[in-house]
Amino acid sequence: MKTTDLTLAELSRKLAAREISAVEATRACLDRIAATDPALNAFLVVDEAGALAQAHASDERRARRQSAGPLDGVPLALKDIFCTKGVRTTCGSKILENFVPPFDSTHVARLKAAGAVLVGKLNMDEFAMGSSNETSAFGPCRNPWDPSRTPGGSSGGSAAAVAARQVFGTLGTDTGGSIRQPAALTGTTGLKPTYGRVSRYGMIAFASSLDQAGPFARTAEDCAMILQAIAGHDPLDSTSLDANVPDWVAPLKNASVKGMRLGVPREYFREGLDPEVEKAVRAALQQLVDLGAELVDISLPHTEYGVATYYVVAPAEASSNLARFDGVRYGLSLREQGGLRDMYFRTRAAGFGSEVKRRIMVGTYALSSGYYDAYYLRAQKVRTLIRRDFDEAFAKVDAIVTPTTPTPAFRLGERVSDPLQMYLADIFTITCNLAGLPGMSIPCGFTQAGLPVGLQILGKALDEASLFRVGAAYQAATDWHLRAPKEVV
Amino acid sequence: MALTPQQVENVARLARLSLSADEVERFGEQLSSILDYIEKLQQLDVSGVQPTTHAVGVTSTPLRDDEQRPSLSPDEALANAPQRDGTYFLVPRIIE
Repeated sequence: MKTTDLTLAELSRKLAAREISAVEATRACLDRIAATDPALNAFLVVDEAGALAQAHASDERRARRQSAGPLDGVPLALKDIFCTKGVRTTCGSKILENFVPPFDSTHVARLKAAGAVLVGKLNMDEFAMGSSNETSAFGPCRNPWDPSRTPGGSSGGSAAAVAARQVFGTLGTDTGGSIRQPAALTGTTGLKPTYGRVSRYGMIAFASSLDQAGPFARTAEDCAMILQAIAGHDPLDSTSLDANVPDWVAPLKNASVKGMRLGVPREYFREGLDPEVEKAVRAALQQLVDLGAELVDISLPHTEYGVATYYVVAPAEASSNLARFDGVRYGLSLREQGGLRDMYFRTRAAGFGSEVKRRIMVGTYALSSGYYDAYYLRAQKVRTLIRRDFDEAFAKVDAIVTPTTPTPAFRLGERVSDPLQMYLADIFTITCNLAGLPGMSIPCGFTQAGLPVGLQILGKALDEASLFRVGAAYQAATDWHLRAPKEVV
Repeated sequence: MALTPQQVENVARLARLSLSADEVERFGEQLSSILDYIEKLQQLDVSGVQPTTHAVGVTSTPLRDDEQRPSLSPDEALANAPQRDGTYFLVPRIIE
């Protein structure tokens, strides 16, 4: 067994027992990245020198018996949306191609405080706008299970890096499914926390009322260990919740779904759902019954309005957030000809890719004079109806279980020419963000062609614990999450 | 609903984006189909429904105390500036 085949929890135990050093673990990851990444393009930056220095520091702490905790010495990597002091941060965009942040995001600061070794920055759709990693200005990331296919998006690099066992865990962000969808398409475990559970400080903004950072790893337990380090109130983000952060990891040792009521929304099992995905998900639901859970038929009647609501709210907020990329303070600035106004137009035209321009324009249109009530205000009201659906469902059940995506990983290039078709495939993940709820995807099977299938688990606000519980109980009884793609060298 | 090229250009102008003729045509078609799809929201009766601006209650996100705290130095804040003049960001002329 290679070092990189260990789960995060296993590595953490070996580091604590001094059976392996942080430098050895980090070198194993760097070697693995060097061997596999030319075929995957998961990494935009590999900070070899920085990672090895952090690993040495971790080993010295261990030698002094001053370990910073279970993540001390564990190699992780970050979606390139998190600002890292002194390390280039592009958000997948040409407009930030040479941006070197002067500060760390709260997530980066907290992971560093926990002793984690930050190996590099991961590929993503430009400004997190995309579902296939194909809108990245630095070329698409590829799926380790089949390099002709997408790893999903927008956190495609974060998912692929875990699936290819390049690092032991990663951070991504999820605005409409950007953690759960790539987790499903790559056979990894990914969690979007409750809105406000994790700070947004230093995470480049896309749609501020929906954006949330969360972990990818091989198992639910590994994700819990990462979330434990980054969750909790942050005075630098006024929307971060001042809520108690429970110990998520300890209860997972004997996780059981016995007695849990799991809702199965009928709106998620309809035409458009790939038969092989449905079969794998139905088998997973039966397995949960065998483990002692009770399935409850529920309805989330406004599910079919989720995509339309999202594609008003998210572009509207994006059009406002991305106004800051104006060539004045950082990033690309085309100012050789004309005055200030010309600089704005030229810089933004040259710096943004097509998908970002499209969404800025949809958002600008939806917020423009005369259309605000018909689009933005109406979408916010439908958002309330979607939240009520979940409130009513959670009066009857402890968690909701669904397919994460309607299909397995699709081919690169297959959907790029039709943006609307790309958007519609996000139907199962989007309502969770609109309602601010936590959601997780875990591997639950494979298609005949060997592509992973994901099971989505949705929880009540602030009840990440139930998601980890279902995930850990399922993973204790199954081995889908242990399977690895063939060597992608 | 098909957007006219003038409407596309008007939205681009509001968003401070200059578009090529090819982009005006392509975005016109794509934005029209996206807006057509969004029309779906008009099917619902939302009378009396309060809008959701944020998924979490505002009462749980108090403002922090207004106290002096360490922050970026002027040099750090200006480190990525395309052009600077002392402690200022320099921009091209504003009055044309």
